[in-house]
Amino acid sequence: MALKLPPVTGGSLVRGLRSLSGLDQAELVPQTRLAGPMPWVIAIMVALTVIAAAAGLAASNVARNASDALSGGVTVQIVEADPIVRLRQAEAAAQRLNALPGIDAATVVSQEEVERLIEPWLGGLAIDGQQIPVPAIVDVRLRKEVSGERLGALRRIVREVAPGARVDAQSTWLKPVFGAIDSLRLLALALVGLLAGALAAVVLLAVRNALGTNRDTIEIVHLLGGTDQQIARVFQRSVGYDAAGGGAIGLTAGLVAVLALGQQFAGLGAGLISGGALGWIDWLLIALVPVAGVGLAMLTARWTVLRALRRML
Amino acid sequence: MNGGSPGEIVHFDNVGLRYGADREVLSDVSFTLFPGSFYFLTGASGAGKTSLLKLLYLAQRPSRGMIRMFGTDAITLPRDRLPGFRRRLGVVFQDFRLVQHLSAFDNVALPLRVAGVPERDLTKPVTDMLEWVGLTERMHARPAQLSGGEQQRVAIARAVIGRPELLVADEPTGNVDPDMAIKLLRLFEALNRLGTTVVVATHDVHLLKKVPDSLIMRLDKGRLSDPTGALRYPPRPRPVQG
Ligand SMILES: Nc1ncnc2c1ncn2[C@@H]1O[C@H](COP(=O)(O)OP(=O)(O)OP(=O)(O)O)[C@@H](O)[C@H]1O
Ligand SMILES: [Mg+2]
Repeated sequence: MALKLPPVTGGSLVRGLRSLSGLDQAELVPQTRLAGPMPWVIAIMVALTVIAAAAGLAASNVARNASDALSGGVTVQIVEADPIVRLRQAEAAAQRLNALPGIDAATVVSQEEVERLIEPWLGGLAIDGQQIPVPAIVDVRLRKEVSGERLGALRRIVREVAPGARVDAQSTWLKPVFGAIDSLRLLALALVGLLAGALAAVVLLAVRNALGTNRDTIEIVHLLGGTDQQIARVFQRSVGYDAAGGGAIGLTAGLVAVLALGQQFAGLGAGLISGGALGWIDWLLIALVPVAGVGLAMLTARWTVLRALRRML
Repeated sequence: MNGGSPGEIVHFDNVGLRYGADREVLSDVSFTLFPGSFYFLTGASGAGKTSLLKLLYLAQRPSRGMIRMFGTDAITLPRDRLPGFRRRLGVVFQDFRLVQHLSAFDNVALPLRVAGVPERDLTKPVTDMLEWVGLTERMHARPAQLSGGEQQRVAIARAVIGRPELLVADEPTGNVDPDMAIKLLRLFEALNRLGTTVVVATHDVHLLKKVPDSLIMRLDKGRLSDPTGALRYPPRPRPVQG
């Protein structure tokens, strides 16, 4: 047998710890995408996150729109048994207010309008019989938000002409509603946080499991000079694909749910709720949920692998 | 940290190894591997050959003593520098340690891929290498579909493909017929002539005579015998080609 030289690579191996582009072709970790439970668990969590985020954003919008509409509003109520006096006081109050700087408009709400507004609450009969004195109402629009001081000043001016008048900022009526909306927003935020934590935990467990079943391969790659970074990248990539698949499914499911809910709420026709319609920035944020999910999953995978490998020689 | 004479690849000084709290499986092992030399490591089963090789290919740290490798203290070598050292080695493991879900081709290509050799540059050397060990036909088979001897040849091809500075082979001819054993030994010799230092652990005393100028490291119950001092003083220079 001729002593032919062995067919080794032309020069010695490049010894720098260069990136491992080559390992991308040869799958170090056998990958069966969308086979394990992880993509589906991620899909469920992304869907829930999308719904929670949409709810939180809608609640924020409701709060913002409502407070925009109400922040410059003041209502003057004049409770006075004599309808003539009542109307006179109301008109005087409106006149005084309209003369003030910083007031957009102060208008007396017509008695029919007030009755129409109250009717559903009290029933037609009582009003017809004039047994219940209906207050006169002056709707005041300010140019700026109503501060406590400003409200006090307005109250003093109004009481000069209508001693028994009640002067309230419209926003104070809705304080409990705003409180509830705030709680809803916090709840949505907390849910998003919890779901992110759960996602990281799922990835951590899945990666630990994969590290265990691929321990031999990892040891061999180590002994052949593979770095922790190279090995981490393989797992990270694999988890990234799973998370991307799960994220796409989760986003679709979540969007279907959000749109269906949106239709139902829109059907209610209530002004407050339609103020919660999602704007394009909101949709963008929702679309970013699966992207953030993939990022979080990959980061968790990388961290888990690097931490586990540090214990190997 | 750097040191040692320029005429050495590896230096062991009073190295001892014990697994856990057991007795020492290697004791007071001292030797120097000189560049371009060819070593046989022999000894009865259980004498500690594999253990010594594990220290050489950095899969195990010794319990005591000093190891210098490529001029650097290998004991205090930080973890992140191990890959750089391991890439200068070629290892044939006693149990082959092929990646089970990769084909023969991909197993042989693995060290090149790990080192970042681009895909277009590795097809030819890998197929040539597989041809050389007679596995062209079995190139796409996975280890489980290969015979013991075929797996061993894949393991050898993987160890030499990157033309390492130090080749460590643990019973590389244990599963092949005598003709193939000689052929594989010729491969190691050819590599050795290109400058690679070779250490082959073997039970096969017939093999020892097949490589002229080879040095013998004999382990007996974890102790290295060196009656002539050849393992501590440089041998006469061997012609190095390439
Ligand atoms: N991981 C381990 N844990 C504990 N003891 C071990 C371990 N590996 C080897 N040993 C023990 O160390 C001693 C030396 O083992 P080693 O594998 O180095 O021998 P060897 O010379 O390679 O034998 P063989 O020729 O059979 O391959 C043996 O007594 C063995 O039982
Ligand atoms: Mg052994």
